[in-house]
Amino acid sequence: MKRTINRTTRTAIVFIAAACAAGLSTPVFAQISGDVIKIGMITDLSGVYSDIDGNGGAEAVRMAIADMGGAINGKKIQFIVADHQNKPDIAASKAREWFDQQGVDMLIGGTNSGASLAMAKVAAEKKKVFIAIGSGTAQLTNEQCSPYTVHYAYDTVALARGTGATMVKQGGKTWYFLTADYAFGQSLEKDTTDVIKANGGTVLGSVKHPLGASDFSSFLLQAQSSKAQVLGLANAGGDFINSVKAAKEFGLTTKMKIAGLLVFINDIHTLGLATTQGLYLTDAWYWDMNNDTRTWAKKYFAKMKKEPSSLQAADYSAAMNYLNAVKAIGTDDGDKVMAQLKKTKINDMFAKNGEIRPDGRMVHDMYLMQVKTPAESKAPWDYYKVVATIPGAQAYTTKAETKCAAWK
Amino acid sequence: MQIFGVPLQAMMSQLLLGLVNGSFYAMLSLGLAVIFGLLNVINFSHGALYMMGAFAAYIGVTSFGLNYWMMLLLAPLIVGTFGILIEKTMLRWLYRVDHLYGLLLTFGITLLLEGVFRSFFGVSGQTLDVPEALSGATDLGFMMLPNYRAWVVLASLVVCLATWFTIEKTRLGAYLRAGTENPKLVEAFGVNVPLMVTLTYGFGVALAGFAGVLAAPVINVTPLMGSNLIIVVFAVVVIGGMGSILGSIVTGLALGVIEGLTRVYYPEASEVVVFVVMVIVLLLRPAGLFGKEK
Repeated sequence: MKRTINRTTRTAIVFIAAACAAGLSTPVFAQISGDVIKIGMITDLSGVYSDIDGNGGAEAVRMAIADMGGAINGKKIQFIVADHQNKPDIAASKAREWFDQQGVDMLIGGTNSGASLAMAKVAAEKKKVFIAIGSGTAQLTNEQCSPYTVHYAYDTVALARGTGATMVKQGGKTWYFLTADYAFGQSLEKDTTDVIKANGGTVLGSVKHPLGASDFSSFLLQAQSSKAQVLGLANAGGDFINSVKAAKEFGLTTKMKIAGLLVFINDIHTLGLATTQGLYLTDAWYWDMNNDTRTWAKKYFAKMKKEPSSLQAADYSAAMNYLNAVKAIGTDDGDKVMAQLKKTKINDMFAKNGEIRPDGRMVHDMYLMQVKTPAESKAPWDYYKVVATIPGAQAYTTKAETKCAAWK
Repeated sequence: MQIFGVPLQAMMSQLLLGLVNGSFYAMLSLGLAVIFGLLNVINFSHGALYMMGAFAAYIGVTSFGLNYWMMLLLAPLIVGTFGILIEKTMLRWLYRVDHLYGLLLTFGITLLLEGVFRSFFGVSGQTLDVPEALSGATDLGFMMLPNYRAWVVLASLVVCLATWFTIEKTRLGAYLRAGTENPKLVEAFGVNVPLMVTLTYGFGVALAGFAGVLAAPVINVTPLMGSNLIIVVFAVVVIGGMGSILGSIVTGLALGVIEGLTRVYYPEASEVVVFVVMVIVLLLRPAGLFGKEK
């Protein structure tokens, strides 16, 4: 007798709980603006940064939409892409047009820090979700943080702490910087210098080269005469590639260790292992880390015929987590989605236990890698050894350091 | 011994590196000067053709198993032939109209070429190895000079001087110069002027292709490599005097050296210094250092 009552009660409780849960997940006022969920992406599709993100990044977002089934609760998911040509003004005006006229609900910002800072302002004004992926500047979640910005893949602080600290600990006490002479390079040099000094190293000097310099040999001779142990390359893309090529040609690689402060797998692919072997770098993700990353990379490879960069993986992950958030709360309203994103842990092939802090920083582990020697590399794109995992809490700006008002 | 706080050794090595870069400027501006001097066309596609030369070398070496030396001959031929095609099919209709049309056409060709190469190769770039015979470095006492860089200076000087000699000192050069002054009269003497003009254009762009092959082992081969360089090269041509053959060679080398010095004393300005020189020269000598006032 007692048992029957118990069972009935239990059934009733389960029933009520289920009803409540169902009620919560489909609120009465659930709404999808314009009856479609529209994702926009503005990145460099044609310029110097178009290989590390670009069309590959757009393809990764399309993969996320396809994996979501192309629709959420019967509402279609749409995707549009545009090229900002590395011009912040184009990025900002395109973003404005999309929010106002195209009904874009979420914007993904690709490479270029200047463009992302400009788009973040527009998104904040329109109260729409903005996920910055390709750009490095830590200002996005520090001085210029916004309640609608999520900075997803990496930032200059994490790069400096990853590579800088490790090199000093391994005996690279004296540094010389070769720095791209604009906001990104300067902040990378400054952040890394802080880390070097904190770890007991010294910076002997630096030379600032113009963005896209035609020749690096004379800068490298200056670096060589400094007699520093480590050459820190605070530049990116083509500048990084040309610096490393010239360093090899002039025999610097035999006397100095080279620290690449922002290196993508595409750069290594271009330079080849013979030139880059032994190089240390910090990245958020590598395609050959575990089964999850390999499975996803395989799907990507089938479409793009190359392995994905960390940014392209982050594009997929960010789009997927955004769509999951929309699905969970049944609306694409900017404020509600941001609240949902910030309270949900991110666990997928890109990040484990990732979380979006109040300042918008998506905190996840970073990895210190070393480039393999040609003998160690067993297959095409088999380039990195993961030397150390840098826990997210140590990699990024801390609460004590932040200038973001939303996280004080 | 020090010069303005820089040790003499360091100074000498920087001057030498400046000369290496100057060799590229000289070769590219020479091609532009030949084309402008004889055809009156401002060839904006020069940078893209330089890029094409570098890619031709890369493709030849990696896909067809040819070596660097073969490509040093083949790539300029390929680029030159492509140039002749452009001249025959498009450029020749624009000689009688304003310079601006030729500039727009060649600029359009640049965009097309860059787009095509970008869609095939992406922008990250490709690497071509330094040929075996020129790898390694020579100790000059004040610096280790990679042998390949020495080769670049040598090759470009030979090519530049040969071109200057041909145009200024030989009978063929005399025909060319006469043909541009008064094509009708020269044709009356039985010289095939249109053919000569076509070949001149082909030769001018072949120089760009040659520079591209020379550059391929030392810099990143990307579809955008030409646009990074072409503006500086135009400045060199303007400083030397539009159309002046000797002017473009001397100015190219000199500006490479000036740029090298800037890299030591004030590196931030190294990409600007050429334009500062250009402004000063235009203010003092509007026709350029070697140009003739009209």
